[in-house]
Amino acid sequence: MLRSPILIRISHSIITLFAMSIAVFLGVYALGNPVDLLINPQANQIERAQMITQLGIDQSLWVQYQRFLSAALHGNWGTSFVSNTSAWSLIIERLPATVELALCAMCIAIIIGLPLGLIAGLHPSRWYSRLIMNGSILGFSLPTFWVGLMLIMMFSVWLGWLPSSGRGTTTNTLGIPLSITTIDGLMHLILPAINLALFKLSLLVRLTQSSTTLAMLEDYVRYARAKGLTERTIIFKHVLPNIAPPIITIIGLELGGLIAFAIVTESVFSWPGMGKLLIESINMLDRPVIVAYLMMIVSLFIAINLIVDTVLIMINPRLRKQAPSLQSSLA
Amino acid sequence: MFNDEQHYLLKLYRDRVARRSGLMLLLLLALALAAPIYTPQNPYDLAQLNLLDAKLPPLHHSPDGAIYWLGTDDQGRDMLSALCYGLRTSLGVGLITTLLSLSLGLLAGLVAAYSGNYIDSMLMRLVDLQLAFPAILIALILLALVGQGIDKVIIALVIVQWAYYARTVRSAALTEMRKDYITAAICAGYSPMRIVLIHILPNIIPTLLVVASAQIAQAIALEATLSFLGLGLPITAPSLGLLIANGYTYMLSGTYWISLFPGVVLLITIFIINITGDRISALLNPRLQ
Repeated sequence: MLRSPILIRISHSIITLFAMSIAVFLGVYALGNPVDLLINPQANQIERAQMITQLGIDQSLWVQYQRFLSAALHGNWGTSFVSNTSAWSLIIERLPATVELALCAMCIAIIIGLPLGLIAGLHPSRWYSRLIMNGSILGFSLPTFWVGLMLIMMFSVWLGWLPSSGRGTTTNTLGIPLSITTIDGLMHLILPAINLALFKLSLLVRLTQSSTTLAMLEDYVRYARAKGLTERTIIFKHVLPNIAPPIITIIGLELGGLIAFAIVTESVFSWPGMGKLLIESINMLDRPVIVAYLMMIVSLFIAINLIVDTVLIMINPRLRKQAPSLQSSLA
Repeated sequence: MFNDEQHYLLKLYRDRVARRSGLMLLLLLALALAAPIYTPQNPYDLAQLNLLDAKLPPLHHSPDGAIYWLGTDDQGRDMLSALCYGLRTSLGVGLITTLLSLSLGLLAGLVAAYSGNYIDSMLMRLVDLQLAFPAILIALILLALVGQGIDKVIIALVIVQWAYYARTVRSAALTEMRKDYITAAICAGYSPMRIVLIHILPNIIPTLLVVASAQIAQAIALEATLSFLGLGLPITAPSLGLLIANGYTYMLSGTYWISLFPGVVLLITIFIINITGDRISALLNPRLQ
């Protein structure tokens, strides 16, 4: 079974992770000088030297990387230069906020995007379909950060309905602080989630529309019509299951994109997530935190890709390079 | 070759939407290029700015009689002038990035397609690896490493975008190479250089146009986002994104116009490019025909 495609993909993932760790480490540690930024300009030479030894930047790059890797494998990602706490715990502390925001945005995009795309795909020449499709181009064109500003301007400054920054009251659900469980938190969540959802919503509309249009031209739809099935049955029993796999793939892959794009939304809405932490760390040249964030994102992406690949291999027999089982040859 | 009924440029010209959006795009370009000629002030010349005129709302008169059509920012800069100059910077960055990444991607894609050996697989591994991560993340990290500046933004955007072109060019070139006329050209003893440049290249230009139209809008949006996050262009040469970021601070106190108008212009620019691109891909994409 060692030649199974899933195992091959897992080994590829591990190699990618390793290569990325070298690239990320070199890129971040080989450029810039944190000593000048972090040490009091009035400090004397001895204090400077102590600080450098303490931070470990006097060693060669290779030694630094070895230290970094062995520490990383032990779950220790270095200490933040600025706040002097573990970089990993800083990231983990901010992770729930980002994941909550990304998942809410994805739900909004799916709940609104799929039906709109389906409608536009079923009746391509109607006026409302054109409206939906041109609207989706508009959604692509709107820069995320500017939409965020406009949302704040409209709903926080002019109308005063919704708060413009922060997470609001959070409650600990299973030990994870969540905003969605309180009314105040929900009010804080709405604007950033809509902001983050907009781009993916447009993407989902276009994807669903084009797959639906193509599916409606297929023979099985014509046969279903000839059989006298109602449009509703054709759409829900025949078209939807056929267009689902690529859409599920894209939703899975785009989840990582949402977490990356949350950097922008979090900066606009002062949402205390990982993205905001990254921007703050970049501005302060806090290298351990940048490295920890990058490795976190890289691992997340590789994990998401691996899961999507595995699910695809499991639901699509053509991707398995094995002799077809009895069941699939009968089907 | 323009007599050919099926020529793609002719096809684009005959399409009403493509023609109109293309014309609007040219108009925007002309406006941006001519900015120093018609704008009331040079927004980067600090001597022309009057701090007493700071944060005036749109249509407000300055003491010496001029009208600030779109108001002024926190330093008394006329927003209309700043906008036109900002549009110039944004479009310029978008165009230069597209030209550079297109050339790089074209070269890499053709080399990969024509060599077909380990060079091909190495290049495509790199492309796969890069495309697995969102563009914004890669650009952000690169800029965090190399620092600010217009040249560095362009470098970061080129590194982000070349992979899209490389992949498209490679697959388009491979499709062409399977066709009979290439076999004929090889049999005729033409050099690989001649086959690639004279036979393959002209035939993949329509595909390249489709990708480029999508990528140029993305480059402009990315630059604006990076500048907004404070990692793109320096404040001395603001692009539209930086103008928006500049107004962000004052927006919560109701000074909306500093952020609003640059955003509208940015939106219109990207929208027109996307509409044009959408038509180009509908008309030229071989898979949709």
